[in-house]
Amino acid sequence: MIPVQRDIGALLVGDLAERLPGAVRQLTHSCGECSLHVEPAHLTQVARFLKDEPSWRFTFLANLSPVDWLSRTPRFEVVYHLRSLEFNYRIALKVDVPDQTLSLPSLTGIWRAANWLEREAYDLFGVRFAGHPDLRRIMLPDDWEGHPYRRDYPLAGRAAQ
Amino acid sequence: MSVTDAQLMTINIGPQHPSTHGVLRLIVQLDAEKVVSCTPDIGYLHRAIGKIAEGLTYEQFLPYTDRLDYLASFINNHGWCMASEKLFGIEPPRRAEYLRVLLSELARIESHLIWLGTHLLDLGAITPLFYCFREKEMIRDLFEEICGARMTHAFCRIGGVRDDVTPAFLPKVREFAALFPKAIREYESLITNNPIFRARTRGVGVISAEKAIDYGLSGPSLRGSGVKWDLRKAEPYAAYADLDFEIPVGERGDVYDRYLVRMEEMRQSLRLINQVAENLPAGPVLADAPQFLRPSKAEFHRNMQAMIRYFHITIHGACPPAGEVYAAVEGTKGEVGYYVVSDGGPKPIRVQLRGPSFVNLAALEEMAKGQYLADLVAIIGSIDIVLGEVDR
Repeated sequence: MIPVQRDIGALLVGDLAERLPGAVRQLTHSCGECSLHVEPAHLTQVARFLKDEPSWRFTFLANLSPVDWLSRTPRFEVVYHLRSLEFNYRIALKVDVPDQTLSLPSLTGIWRAANWLEREAYDLFGVRFAGHPDLRRIMLPDDWEGHPYRRDYPLAGRAAQ
Repeated sequence: MSVTDAQLMTINIGPQHPSTHGVLRLIVQLDAEKVVSCTPDIGYLHRAIGKIAEGLTYEQFLPYTDRLDYLASFINNHGWCMASEKLFGIEPPRRAEYLRVLLSELARIESHLIWLGTHLLDLGAITPLFYCFREKEMIRDLFEEICGARMTHAFCRIGGVRDDVTPAFLPKVREFAALFPKAIREYESLITNNPIFRARTRGVGVISAEKAIDYGLSGPSLRGSGVKWDLRKAEPYAAYADLDFEIPVGERGDVYDRYLVRMEEMRQSLRLINQVAENLPAGPVLADAPQFLRPSKAEFHRNMQAMIRYFHITIHGACPPAGEVYAAVEGTKGEVGYYVVSDGGPKPIRVQLRGPSFVNLAALEEMAKGQYLADLVAIIGSIDIVLGEVDR
């Protein structure tokens, strides 16, 4: 197996700047891993490019995780962890969720793994995914009110009647 | 002749059903005996573990990870410790890394044995369960010897492992390692060429390599479809880079191939255990990082500063720098990943647990389509889910 390649951020940004100008906002590093911040409007195109491009082939969506920054605008961010099994690359794709709509395009058409992961994100954070075939709650009962992983969700007490 | 919806029968399996291995509910649409669609309904065991993590320090959260895949809790602990170590910037000592491999592989064998026994039980074979549980108990004894607990060990620590081995531990490991090859031969002589087992599993629940990747399958469920992908090789962590082992893969991606992969994985785990038991490096088992880790009890009693630090870290928790990390280990079911975001405080602001069982279970729909209802239990068994990790 090819050893894992972590330092691919700059190469990838260069490639994307050529193919999808304006899609990448910035590249950040944390703990030796790179994250690619992309514009919400370009999310589907970037995801499609990352998966289909023969020199990248990010075919494996490992994880999808919303982050609630609470006091920041925009408040929510969604992080997609992608792997290229062929080249052993790994990257985090980050996108801000627009505050007005709280909605991102669904990536279920690109990675089937996104189906349940997006449902989980919707259930726990209330982030919607436009175009998801079956956007229902997955962990909590269907009649549950609120989204408990939000950081302003009350941890104790009863709802007012 | 096409069948209209009115001619389909909808049945409900679970959430309390022995073949669903926990509180899993399936809504199955049947055309006579064949499955038209199978929709899992999960969340009965949801405890919001990721949310709990936001209220605890990195150290305090460790025992909660035991309750994800409770059949291989050491591996979950290890993943959490790895993620925390990357955030804190701590390097565990060599001996600890080797011990982590040893315990992870023992946990892998234990989990695979429980899978094997219960999977065969689902298919109507009762005997293998007793054989598997006999060896499983030996592994539980080994864990009891080293850490006092048989399940939910919480033995891994940020920066190493909790304790060094007891004098009796390694001899007991060798005893187990000497006995286990015979045990595997015993299971295989019962199962591998058994015509009933083959008839129930060959060509059942097939998923192609391409679809398996698309669904995000990992672990033996992915390798059964012929994809050679294992994080122990792809992103060698702990001491895996120093050790010899193979990654078995299947060819057809059916229930039988997933069985073969897990059987071979047990052999490979045993190889790893033997290598570690013979070459365990000397040295400490916990990193020396006074800024983040509590001093030892001996130090605590000798040194005033150490005592202050001890209380400070216990009460306030240690603060990693702001940042984020995604760390993953190869669990028994697949990629056990932790995405952790820190704002520089003593508690993480976001923890996402990637449970391989959760992601793998989403592919059940695909595997079950067009199969007989009776084969559905074989397919569920072959994905090897633990509901603690599905629902989290």
